[in-house]
Amino acid sequence: MNDLTIIRKNLFRKKLRAILLTLSIMIAFLIYGALGAFYNVWTAGVDMAAANRLITVNRINFTVDMPIAYFSRIQSVEGIENVSHANWFGGYYQEPRNFIQTFAISPEAYLESYPELVIPPEQRADFIADRTCLLVGVDLAAQYGWEVGDRIPLNSNIWQQDDGTSDWDFNICALFDGDEEEIPANYAMFHYEYYNESLAFNRDRIGWMVVNTTDPDLNDQVARDIDALFANSSAETETTTEAAFSRAFLEQVGNIAMILLSVIGAAFATILMIVGTTMVMAINERTQEIAVMKTLGFPAPRIFRMVLSESILLSFVGGLLGLGLATLIVEGASSALAGFLPGLSMPMDVVLTAFGLMLGLGLLTGLGPALSAQRLSIIEAFNKH
Amino acid sequence: MTALYTLTDLSKKYTRGKETLTIFEELNMTIDQGDFISIMGPSGSGKTTLLNLLGGIDRPSSGAVDCEGVRVDKLSEGKLAKWRSAHVGFIFQFYNLMPMLSAAQNVELPLLLTSLSSKERKKRVETALDIVGILDRKGHRPAQLSGGQQQRVGIARAVVADPKVLLCDEPTGDLDRATADEVLETLQLLNRELNKTIVMVTHDPAAAGYASRQLHLDKGRFVEREAV
Repeated sequence: MNDLTIIRKNLFRKKLRAILLTLSIMIAFLIYGALGAFYNVWTAGVDMAAANRLITVNRINFTVDMPIAYFSRIQSVEGIENVSHANWFGGYYQEPRNFIQTFAISPEAYLESYPELVIPPEQRADFIADRTCLLVGVDLAAQYGWEVGDRIPLNSNIWQQDDGTSDWDFNICALFDGDEEEIPANYAMFHYEYYNESLAFNRDRIGWMVVNTTDPDLNDQVARDIDALFANSSAETETTTEAAFSRAFLEQVGNIAMILLSVIGAAFATILMIVGTTMVMAINERTQEIAVMKTLGFPAPRIFRMVLSESILLSFVGGLLGLGLATLIVEGASSALAGFLPGLSMPMDVVLTAFGLMLGLGLLTGLGPALSAQRLSIIEAFNKH
Repeated sequence: MTALYTLTDLSKKYTRGKETLTIFEELNMTIDQGDFISIMGPSGSGKTTLLNLLGGIDRPSSGAVDCEGVRVDKLSEGKLAKWRSAHVGFIFQFYNLMPMLSAAQNVELPLLLTSLSSKERKKRVETALDIVGILDRKGHRPAQLSGGQQQRVGIARAVVADPKVLLCDEPTGDLDRATADEVLETLQLLNRELNKTIVMVTHDPAAAGYASRQLHLDKGRFVEREAV
C-alpha cells in the first residue's frame, strides 16, 4: 500500500458517485476532443495557406464565375510569378453519396501554384499531356481503391455535357500527395479544357484564379492592381491572400470558433461546478478520517497532496476516457467524412490542450477541499463528531 | 521507574466569546515508563483534553508537557506530526478505521510514515494483528468486522509502529462487557509483556480496574486511588 492506494480507494469508495462524476468529465472531454478535431480540420486551409498566394474571385461572391479572358489579362500585373485558374466541378462517383471534390484546372500553371503537391515526374508529365487524365489525391484513391491506369466515370450534379449527359470519363494517370501530412490529398483535378469544351452551357468561365506573387511584401499592391484592372467591369474582382480567403470562406458558415468555444465553455463550466461541489461534499464527509490521519502523524502538506491528487486523478480518469472516446469517434468518422473533411484526425495540439484542461480541472476542483483538509484542526474535527 | 511524561503547571482554558472556560489549572503529573494509568472523572472534567495534550494534538494554555526531554507543547505542527507518528499510538472509542481499507491496510497506515520497505511493513502488520488475535481477519474491511474486532484492529494500528505510549480514549465505551474485557486484557498484555505505557480515559470503573494506577480527575485536580 502507498499514498496512491489510499487516493484511489478514497476516490472510488462510493462507486455510483465516482462513476457519475467520471462520466460527466468524460462527456466534457468527449465534446472537447471531437469538436476540437473537427474545428482543426475545418480551419486547416487557413493554416496551410502560403504567404505569397492570392486568390482572385468575383466581387459578388466566390461562387459567381468570371470570364476566362481575365486569366490572360491578369498576367500583365507586376509582381506576379504565376497565375492559374480553377472551377468547381463537384462530382460524384457512381452514386451521389460518393461525393468527390473535383476541380477543373489549368494543369501546368495550377501545379506550379501549389508546389506542396508532390507528383512523380512521369505521372506529372502524363497528366499535363493527357486531357482526360484525372489527377487523384492518394487518400481519395485509397478510399475507392483506385490505381493509376484505372478508367472511371465521374458525374456532376451541376454541369451537363453537350450530349445531355453529365458523365465525364477519366483515365487515372497520376496520383498526388502533400509534402506534409496535414496537406489534404482527398480530391481530384482534371484539365479545364476537357471540362470547358464538353459543357452544354457556361463555357469560357472560370471560378477563381490563384496568383503567386514574387514576394509576399508585394501582396497588397498586386491585389490592388488586379482589382483595379477589372474595376467597373461586369465582373469586378476581389483579391485577397489565400489565408484571408479561407477564413472568409469559413465565416460564411458562421463564427464556428465562437460556437465551439461557447459549447465547450458551457460544458466545462457545468462540469467544474458539479465536480467542485461534489469534491467539497466528499471531503466534508471524511473530516474525521482526515483528523485521524493527522493524529497518526500524517503531515498537513501530505494530506493536502493526497486530497488534491484525488481530484486530479478523477479529472484524468474521466478526461482520458473522454479523449479516448473522442479519438475513436474521430478516427471512425475519418474515412466516412474523407470527402468533406480531409485529414480528420485527433490533432496533437487538441490532445495537449486536453491534458492541460484535465490538470486545470483537477487543480480547480481539488484546491479548495485540499486546503480545507490541510488546515483542518484535529480537535475541532473530533468535537464535531 | 523512569519518567516518560512530566506535566508541569499545566493549564487549559477555552475562550468562547467573552467567556473563558477553565478546564484545569496548574496540573502537575508524572507518568512513568511502563505505567498503565486509567483516568476517570465526570463529563467535562478535562480527561480527553488531557489525553490530547499528552498526544500533542492540542496545546496547553500554559505550562509544560515534557516527554523524555522533548517539550511537546513547543514543537511546530510539522515536528509534532513526526513526533506523534514515532512516539504515540492512539486508540479511539469508535475505532476510527478507514472504511475503504482492509484491516491490514488500516494497520499499515502509520508505517507509511516510516522508511520501512513494503515487505517489512507487511511483516510488522501481521505481527501486530497476531498480537491482538485478529490475523485471520486481515483482509476484511471494518464493515465486515464486529465492534470488538474493529477495536482490535485499532489497537494493532496503535502498536504497529512500536510507540512507547498508547493513549486510549474510552476504548471499551462502545463494546459489550465480554468484548470490553477481551480488549482490556489485550491492553494489559501490551503493558505487561511489551512494556507499553498506557493512559486510558474511561467512564467504566471495571475498565479502570485493569490499570495499575487509577486517577480521578475532578474540578481540575487529580485524586489518586489504589489499584485493585
